[in-house]
Amino acid sequence: MEELANLFHGFAVALQPYNIMLMVIGITLGVIIGVLPGLGGANGVAILLPLTFSMPPTSAIIMLSCIYWGALFGGAITSILFNIPGEPWSVATTFDGYPMAQQGKPGEALTAAFTSSFVGALFAVVMITLVAPLVAGFALRFGPAEKFAVYFLAFCSFVGLSKEPPFKTIAAMMMGFALAAVGLDSITGQLRLTFGVTELLNGFDFLIAVIGLFGIGEILLTMEEGLAFRGGKASINLRVVLQTWRELPAYWMTSLRSCLIGCWMGVTPAGATPASFMSYGIAKRLSRRGNNFGKGEIEGVIAPETAAHAAGTAALLPMLSLGVPGSPTAAVLLGGLLIWGLQPGPMLFVEQKEFVWGLIASMYLGNLAGLIVVLTCVPIFAAILRVPFGIIAPLILVLCAIGAYSVHNSTFDVMLMLVFGVLGYLLKKCNYPLAPLVLAIVLGDKAEEAFRQSLLGSQGSLGVFFSNGLVSTIMALGVVALFWSVIQEGYSRLRTSMA
Amino acid sequence: MKPFVLNVAAAAIVMSCAGSTASRAAWEPVRPVEFIVPAGTGGGADQMARTIQGIVTKHNLMKQPLVVINKAGGAGGEGFLDVKTSANNPHKIIITLSNLFTTPLATGIPFNWKDLTPVAMLALDEFVLWVNAEKPYSSVKDYIDAAKKAPSGSFKMGGTGSKQEDQIITVGIEKAIDAKFTYIPYKGGGEVAVQLVGNHVDSTVNNPIEAVAQWRGGKLRPLCVFDAQPMAYDEPIADGKAWKDVPTCKSQGLAMEYLMLRGIFMAPKATKDQVEYYVELFKKVRATPEWQDFMKSGAFNTTFLTGADYAKWIEAEEKRHEGLMKEAGFLASN
Repeated sequence: MEELANLFHGFAVALQPYNIMLMVIGITLGVIIGVLPGLGGANGVAILLPLTFSMPPTSAIIMLSCIYWGALFGGAITSILFNIPGEPWSVATTFDGYPMAQQGKPGEALTAAFTSSFVGALFAVVMITLVAPLVAGFALRFGPAEKFAVYFLAFCSFVGLSKEPPFKTIAAMMMGFALAAVGLDSITGQLRLTFGVTELLNGFDFLIAVIGLFGIGEILLTMEEGLAFRGGKASINLRVVLQTWRELPAYWMTSLRSCLIGCWMGVTPAGATPASFMSYGIAKRLSRRGNNFGKGEIEGVIAPETAAHAAGTAALLPMLSLGVPGSPTAAVLLGGLLIWGLQPGPMLFVEQKEFVWGLIASMYLGNLAGLIVVLTCVPIFAAILRVPFGIIAPLILVLCAIGAYSVHNSTFDVMLMLVFGVLGYLLKKCNYPLAPLVLAIVLGDKAEEAFRQSLLGSQGSLGVFFSNGLVSTIMALGVVALFWSVIQEGYSRLRTSMA
Repeated sequence: MKPFVLNVAAAAIVMSCAGSTASRAAWEPVRPVEFIVPAGTGGGADQMARTIQGIVTKHNLMKQPLVVINKAGGAGGEGFLDVKTSANNPHKIIITLSNLFTTPLATGIPFNWKDLTPVAMLALDEFVLWVNAEKPYSSVKDYIDAAKKAPSGSFKMGGTGSKQEDQIITVGIEKAIDAKFTYIPYKGGGEVAVQLVGNHVDSTVNNPIEAVAQWRGGKLRPLCVFDAQPMAYDEPIADGKAWKDVPTCKSQGLAMEYLMLRGIFMAPKATKDQVEYYVELFKKVRATPEWQDFMKSGAFNTTFLTGADYAKWIEAEEKRHEGLMKEAGFLASN
């Protein structure tokens, strides 16, 4: 019960008027940062970090973590409205969110996304409050082999999801792996596939690829179809929020499952991106309306958003208790902690109680404040779709260009974005799915790194992936996920032959 | 008496005016200064750059803003090439780590530190040999015995990056004690320390700031520091032990020394006035209590060098890296 007393003390700290003001400022800034593709939570926090050095550490972390929540919320907006994910973990949200917006239901999609985000984050905070010490220890068991197993599971739960032929899915995924391999090979320290071009030293940044493939590609497609933006019928009043809320409880099972996936991915720390993909994939497998996924199914918005937020929130736990950031934004916050003179690690919870519990309390309050801010804005966001395409398309193009530029302050990236835009258009015309391509760009190099680290450690023996109960279980789950449709088909055939 | 006082006052005014005109004539930035970090966000160099940015902002040390930009591609090569191609641009400075030497040597990208204008050495980062606190070895001797007894290649050393400082030190240790380790590269120092806590590797050579939290938490144990003298900080950290009580590796029979440069460079063709401006700026930064706290939290070696001394130090260090990397077989093959 000591935790509860600490938490209430934390609420007292977070509820000081000064801190509440910082919370609202942080959420607003965060939403703006999340909406601008390319800027991203990590960059936003990094840019604003120095401004907070003159604040007391507790106030500073409250403001910065609120920027983080705001960015998590904001990432969903452009994904749903324009098919441009502002953050890696919003990619899966576009699969069903964008079709919903096109069908004239942007309000429903946004409400579902924001509400699920809140539910996911809340679940993770409750977990942090209650079982922080236990869960933190679990993260220590994750070495390279366990990490690879998690990525393997993420890929497997995704393969075979799309309606396109498996050959096309695999081709798209392989293209993603090839793009992910460009740049410095972190295991040998050698440059790969850069052909002496300085701009390629950094490889292909995921965000540039996504802004091009989704954003620019989508604009090209829309132009071809006669400049009609199909979201015009969007209803723009707040009643849509209440209507959607009435529907949501029916999906409690999906939410719960996504929360668990998210917390697990956040703590391990694999991050919000695999969490959102994995959660989407599993929801599609297990949902009765699974065949409808990708055509504007509300469950397809709930699953990735819930998981991404649960993971994003849970990622702060290993950062605080172990000093390992679970996400790029957490990494920047970690730098901030050190500058404020706080050493993250096992002793932080003992020595800096006021700070830790103030932060946890601000997670509850910050997310609530965030939910209120973004939900009241749903009609405004939805109304954006009523703007004629002739006006909105150049604006999106400019937004994409700024986003691509701000990733590395490089004009080369803007060119690259256009190239990816054309590529995205061509792939869509030829019915190649973009999702596996993006998944491979995001997780390809991480999976490769973990795989090679494991083999270095085991001196080349593949047995390392089945060397203990934890890693074997995850690998087995991955294999099951990979052959799920075959298993299912076999099972139903067995039943029909029995009958 | 009165005229004399007036004269003195007038002289003082004249002199102070002269002083201010002199400093006005000297160079000052006229637009925002880009502060390039050739490494990712959250790492040691990034933390230092952002601390400096915070200090400059808080104490109003510059009239123009200082903007930190990460250019981590190609083990920092992206950042170095960016500054190299910005000749005559005094509004760009870069903070370096050992990749100033290791990246061009290992990848063969067309860059050498002589392409840049040296400004100042801010500090040197220490390296400490860490083991998991559960392991039985409590001294360097126990550690060496254990490493030698283990089958060749089964003893795992975790480190940051490939063919960079951590791996150079690892090869140095292998040579010094005649044993064979398996080096496993990770992305960041904090991750390396946690892998050691989780027993996924057997030892690491983390910088103090990366592992101090785990030491305080009783999870890791420092065995020795790769410096000629013990570290200067005597505030107890864990079990009544301070950084000062960590012996040098050499004194424990492990002959390897390594310190990492945390220094500032400018773009090519910077004038003397421009370099002087930044030297003065960093002197002011070093005098702030925030900087001193930062140095203490990371147990840094606070050597400060500028001008010819600094250039001489870099030159010697470049030779040393070339030798170390050649021995280890890390040079680019072209």
